Amino acid sequence: MTALAALIRRDIKIALRVGGGALIGVLFFLTVVVLMPFALGPDLALLTRLGPAILWLGALLASLLTLDRLFMADHEDGSLDLIVMSRTPLELTCAAKALAHWLAAGVPLILATPVLGLLLNLDATATAAVALTLLAGTPALTFTGMIGAALAVTLHRGGLLLAVLVLPLSIPVLIFGVAASQAAITGPLAFGTPFSILCALSLVSLVIGPFAAAASLRHGLD
Amino acid sequence: MRLSGSGVSCVRGGREVFSGLDFAVSAGEALAVTGRNGSGKTSLLRLIAGLLMPQGGSIGLEGGTGELTLPEQAHFLGHRDALKPALSVTENLAFWREFLGGEAFDLAECLAAVGLDHAAPLPAAFLSAGQRRRLSIARLLAARRPIWLLDEPTNALDTSGQAMFAALMDDHLARGGLIVAATHAPLGIAARELRIGGAA
Repeated sequence: MTALAALIRRDIKIALRVGGGALIGVLFFLTVVVLMPFALGPDLALLTRLGPAILWLGALLASLLTLDRLFMADHEDGSLDLIVMSRTPLELTCAAKALAHWLAAGVPLILATPVLGLLLNLDATATAAVALTLLAGTPALTFTGMIGAALAVTLHRGGLLLAVLVLPLSIPVLIFGVAASQAAITGPLAFGTPFSILCALSLVSLVIGPFAAAASLRHGLD
Repeated sequence: MRLSGSGVSCVRGGREVFSGLDFAVSAGEALAVTGRNGSGKTSLLRLIAGLLMPQGGSIGLEGGTGELTLPEQAHFLGHRDALKPALSVTENLAFWREFLGGEAFDLAECLAAVGLDHAAPLPAAFLSAGQRRRLSIARLLAARRPIWLLDEPTNALDTSGQAMFAALMDDHLARGGLIVAATHAPLGIAARELRIGGAA
């Protein structure tokens, strides 16, 4: 356990320091969302209707932005070799790395949501609903994205491949994340139904992600 | 403890690198793997480390610690230093000590042993190539493992660094460790030679 704790601490520390990905993701999220009102025009009703979808798309793209470094950085400097050789099972190591990535890059997105909700004319309830769905849904984005990151680890320019691999996998999360937020704002659907499915998606990816990523890392090392 | 391989062959990218390689190293012994560039020295180390799968033959460890596999008892010192530029020298070493586990050794002593004690709070980004190598070597001391797999370990080290590392390797062998090192330069310790491929 100390090994995993040390890994999580290290990854978060790196992400928060100069050149780390944590702040880049939030800034990107901010930029995407701020651009939307300019593109759509000052129609407040339209912004309110599109708000949850915009926030979700922004969060999805922002989480993708830093995901390609998840294993790539460790592969480039040789850390990954030592991690694969270590006494800690690779599946647990992958889960720890994804958790660290979520804490450093995913949680700031959720914390930024209330501020961005103001820009999209979302009221307090709507913003809270979107933040809650992001809290439940972003782990799924990270843990499925990790599979793509592990597959693309040995390729140069793997970031592009990562986007192509991961975005289709995140469609269900996007659908139910936005559906749950919309349900909370306008109805008529109950919030609980899509939200439960969103939670289920996260739980499934929490289980499958580490195993799939570990398997592809083992095969990819050469 | 005895590390041995019999009839080991390695294929990379569809090309046979070497085949039918036999070797054996016992506790307290060092094996220097030599050969020209591209002869498969690094590949052999990665095979032993479990990072590559042999195409044929087998590599085994007798008399190691009960439940641990061969890679779990080995240190791998490769071309790449496994250092994070954003972390300080101490933070880098502390991470590997905790992650690799086992008996915890004093970080300051390990850094002093490789002559980096003055650079402890410095971010690793500011280290020179030789200093980075010294910090990687400190990793071997911070978490003890009986098997050292070293790939060109003396690269970038100055003369005093090479002497320092030779003394550390002698220490390791005296404690019953074993070393497999791919090298062009003399290691500075008594070592048997395993030549891959033809004459250099």
